[in-house]
Amino acid sequence: MNRNHWQPSAEILTLRERAKMLADVRAFFADRGVMEVDTQCLSQAAVSDPFIDSIEVSFSNYPGDVEQRFYLQSSPEYAMKRLLAADAGPIYQLGKAFRNGEVGRLHNPEFTMLEWYRPRFSAEQLMNEVQDLVTAVLGPQHWERLSYRDLFMRFVGVDPHQATIEMLKALLEPHFECPFTDDRKDTWLELVMSHLIEPKLIEPVLVFDFPASQAALSEVVEDAQGVKVASRFELYAGGMELANGYQELRDPAEQAERLEADDRMREISGLPRRPLETRLVSALESGIPSCAGVALGFDRLLMIKVGVSSIQEVIPFGFERC
Amino acid sequence: MGNVSSGQFKTGMKVMIDGDPCNMVEVEFVKPGKGQAFTRVRLRNLMTGRIWERTFKSNESAETADVMDRDMEYLYSDGEMWHFMEPSTFEQYAADEKAVADCSQWLKEGDKVMITLFNDNPIAVTPPNFVELEVTETDPGLKGDTAQGGSKPATLSTGAVVRVPLFINQGEVLKIDTRTGEYVSRA
Repeated sequence: MNRNHWQPSAEILTLRERAKMLADVRAFFADRGVMEVDTQCLSQAAVSDPFIDSIEVSFSNYPGDVEQRFYLQSSPEYAMKRLLAADAGPIYQLGKAFRNGEVGRLHNPEFTMLEWYRPRFSAEQLMNEVQDLVTAVLGPQHWERLSYRDLFMRFVGVDPHQATIEMLKALLEPHFECPFTDDRKDTWLELVMSHLIEPKLIEPVLVFDFPASQAALSEVVEDAQGVKVASRFELYAGGMELANGYQELRDPAEQAERLEADDRMREISGLPRRPLETRLVSALESGIPSCAGVALGFDRLLMIKVGVSSIQEVIPFGFERC
Repeated sequence: MGNVSSGQFKTGMKVMIDGDPCNMVEVEFVKPGKGQAFTRVRLRNLMTGRIWERTFKSNESAETADVMDRDMEYLYSDGEMWHFMEPSTFEQYAADEKAVADCSQWLKEGDKVMITLFNDNPIAVTPPNFVELEVTETDPGLKGDTAQGGSKPATLSTGAVVRVPLFINQGEVLKIDTRTGEYVSRA
């Protein structure tokens, strides 16, 4: 701890903008009849995604008693879906999420996430609403919508669904040395996306039809060319990933399988295995409405609004000062 | 020397890459919301000066390089090697032409410089930002032409040639910015 670090990492003027943006977002959803919820930060289950590490905390009945392990939510997704299954209707959450190990110019281990779910919305309708919300905050912008395939074709000239690992590696090598092997094609797609494409996406672009292997919790469908794609979309702006949305998976058996698959990958990769959110499977079994949901990085949106390049400039006390 | 994992990389860290000590000029944590974490590093090879970008996976690490910067005093050159002394220990170090490189034109005996040591051998010499050197040769100064317009070459005691204003005379001591190689003022 550095005693000279008592001052905030954001300017007070920025925090005023932050307060206004928090109020604007709440007004946006109040107007549309979407209910605010604030699910718990603590959970008995952790996120299964092998690439997201939950922060662990311990609870005990009194100091020195047996410690019970809890996890800070890496996103409110599981809890909000349990609310959807309990007939909550359209809901949004504007609150803290936590991710272990994620510190950098665009990452703070504790950050503010805006997540919302729209029963009976298609992914496309939700993309419209994302565009409305961002426009309400940032004002009119030049928007574009591109499939994941068309995005790759435009910026790097390859079809991501057909490309081989060698082709993707060859795209990277002239700019970034990547002297490691990885037989997971998604690793190379993610590298091309984050290193070569994302920095060029300054004006908002909604990208849809991700590879099925990157479905996470979205439905998988066939696109016009018969390729299996995830019914998932992302918003990029300011050279950053800003939001990630799904046509939500509702099949409990498929959900259980994906949790198990994540857990197996954790085991193979030597990652900590943690309690899986089996209550989500139960919730899907009891039934949730057809819906689309999206999570948006509130801090990054504010970075664009105030024109700064690092996340600690928009939060009161960045990781080094918290 | 130990290993440092890519998650702990910081700007200014010195590591061994392909057998050469390198400086991390810029470190960026990259992670898609759904996907693997990477650390993208802009590196400078301290032996060759090459600057390039390299991406590390989160489970990769690098060996830290035994590189340190030390303030030393320049003693003399024997024509082949340049000799420096650490003032507190009187320990002497000899740097070759590759290590001294362009810096040789700013080295005046007795001046303080920064020596970069790799495994205790000098690999780079950094002069102070400003040095004061005597003009040994230049065209005669033009009277009355004080501040504006025109410049001429002047050879300094170390052999360096810099552009100076027309009013400067042989024998004068000048303040030079070693980063740009430009005349600043009379000393």
